[in-house]
Amino acid sequence: MKRVEDFTVVDHKWLNYSSFIIELEAPGDLPDIQAGNFAEIGIANSPKVFLRRPFSIYDVNPAANSLSFFVKVVGEGTRLLGETRKGDNLSVIYPLGNSFSKPVSGRVLVVAGGSGIAPFILYGKELHKNGTDITFLFGARSADDIVLTDQFKTLGNVLTITEDGSLGEKGLVTRHSLFSNRKLSFDLIVTCGPEPMMKAVGKISLERDIPCEASLENTMACGFGACLCCIVPTIDGNKCVCTEGPVFNIKDLKW
Amino acid sequence: MVDLKVKIHELELKNPVTTASGTYGYGEEYIDFMDVNRLAAIFVKGITLENREGNPYPRMAETASGMLNSVGLQNKGVDYFINTIYPRIRNFDTHIIPNVNGSTIEDYVTVSSKLNKVDGIRAIELNISCPNVKAGGMAFGINPRSATEATRAVRDVFKGTLIVKLSPNVTDIALMAKIVADAGADSVSLVNTFLGMAINAETRKPILGTITGGLSGPAIKPIALRMVWDVYRAVKIPVIGMGGIMNATDAIEFILAGSSAIQIGTANYIDPAVSIKILDGIEDYMVRHGVKSVTELIGAMKV
Repeated sequence: MKRVEDFTVVDHKWLNYSSFIIELEAPGDLPDIQAGNFAEIGIANSPKVFLRRPFSIYDVNPAANSLSFFVKVVGEGTRLLGETRKGDNLSVIYPLGNSFSKPVSGRVLVVAGGSGIAPFILYGKELHKNGTDITFLFGARSADDIVLTDQFKTLGNVLTITEDGSLGEKGLVTRHSLFSNRKLSFDLIVTCGPEPMMKAVGKISLERDIPCEASLENTMACGFGACLCCIVPTIDGNKCVCTEGPVFNIKDLKW
Repeated sequence: MVDLKVKIHELELKNPVTTASGTYGYGEEYIDFMDVNRLAAIFVKGITLENREGNPYPRMAETASGMLNSVGLQNKGVDYFINTIYPRIRNFDTHIIPNVNGSTIEDYVTVSSKLNKVDGIRAIELNISCPNVKAGGMAFGINPRSATEATRAVRDVFKGTLIVKLSPNVTDIALMAKIVADAGADSVSLVNTFLGMAINAETRKPILGTITGGLSGPAIKPIALRMVWDVYRAVKIPVIGMGGIMNATDAIEFILAGSSAIQIGTANYIDPAVSIKILDGIEDYMVRHGVKSVTELIGAMKV
């Protein structure tokens, strides 16, 4: 069941020049939250930031009744969120959207670009608990943009690639040497990041006949299926990213 | 105990608070957040004769104190509404008011006559003001002759309360209200969105897939309020006011300007339980001001 509640900022950590983790405490017990779910955060009562902003739920701490969000500053809303302090209150609508498939065995490849890492700590934890083998492949512009790898390393194998070669291999994510392996032996690929990257990952998955799920990010006004603004064309007509996604099997998308 | 009841022609509303078409889905989207049964009415998502996929993405642009949308009436058609959606929502203890759209007069008539046969549907909102469709929509509502024709044609086939939703994209909205009242409308609702646009200066591209879209939110409130006042003084039929209502004070202002009932639109996105807070706030205001019946406030601005 979806809720709208006032959360309190309990922690706020900058990771690099543009990204931070913000931890918010709920007023009571948390509902069940799955990897891939997102929340709509009301940021400011400012004319420029009129609507809420959607963010993937990065992590859940049931003992502390708190949710964490990985945020990259991309505009006025995220900039203001970066200026919040411990003790501030933020209105949160959650949990929203669907979640990734969780194979109980086998091997899963997670491909994330830039802030696309956001849903994958929670996902990694869920899979790790199942004993599923996970490989994380993270791509970004340069080493400064790759963060939190230590956390991901506790959950699986972490590979990196940067456009300038400052960390890991050099190039775009989909040019990683992993993909030159003739036998790409994964049972599922999940991806989140810039759309061209996800499309390229989707193409590889189709060529290699591996199921692939992508978490999309579209401009939305509500986040719960009322405004019909965040649609994505699918083989079954336009669908709301907020309610029928954000996670889609790429075979259902008209990519 | 204050009396919140109002009447829109023959339609009795238990209070003046309703939700605006296109912002409240079919009501089901909000049941996790609030008791939808407390609303007087839900104006459900715009309905057309056939299934419509709507406009291409992007359909939304945030603007200063508001937003533009270009959804374009995405819906599965009137038959799907009647057979599949309405049976799910008809037991809500609130009026379900379909918002009727068309590309031609015949479309409006067919949809309205189908809805006329549905048990439980007591009112419709004739939308001659959607700015986001290529054919029909706002084109009917900004031309006096076609506004008359559409209203008359629907009046002939729909026996319940006929509410005509007016476009603010006209020179004289009071004149348009008079025209549709003369053509048989029982009530007018206003305003629909203002036609606007947004450009990304960096990419030099329009933000919306359709270039232009409808502006809503507090950015339009003063203009909407003025239009309600203009229309209230021009016609005898009840006015349903809307346009950037975010809280109970805004709602009271619309009532004082002449609204018998109000619709809450864009605010639902920001706080999905806002309509209940507005209803409670209206009641508080009445208690505070010693107002026994909300009808005493309609058009009661002191001038």
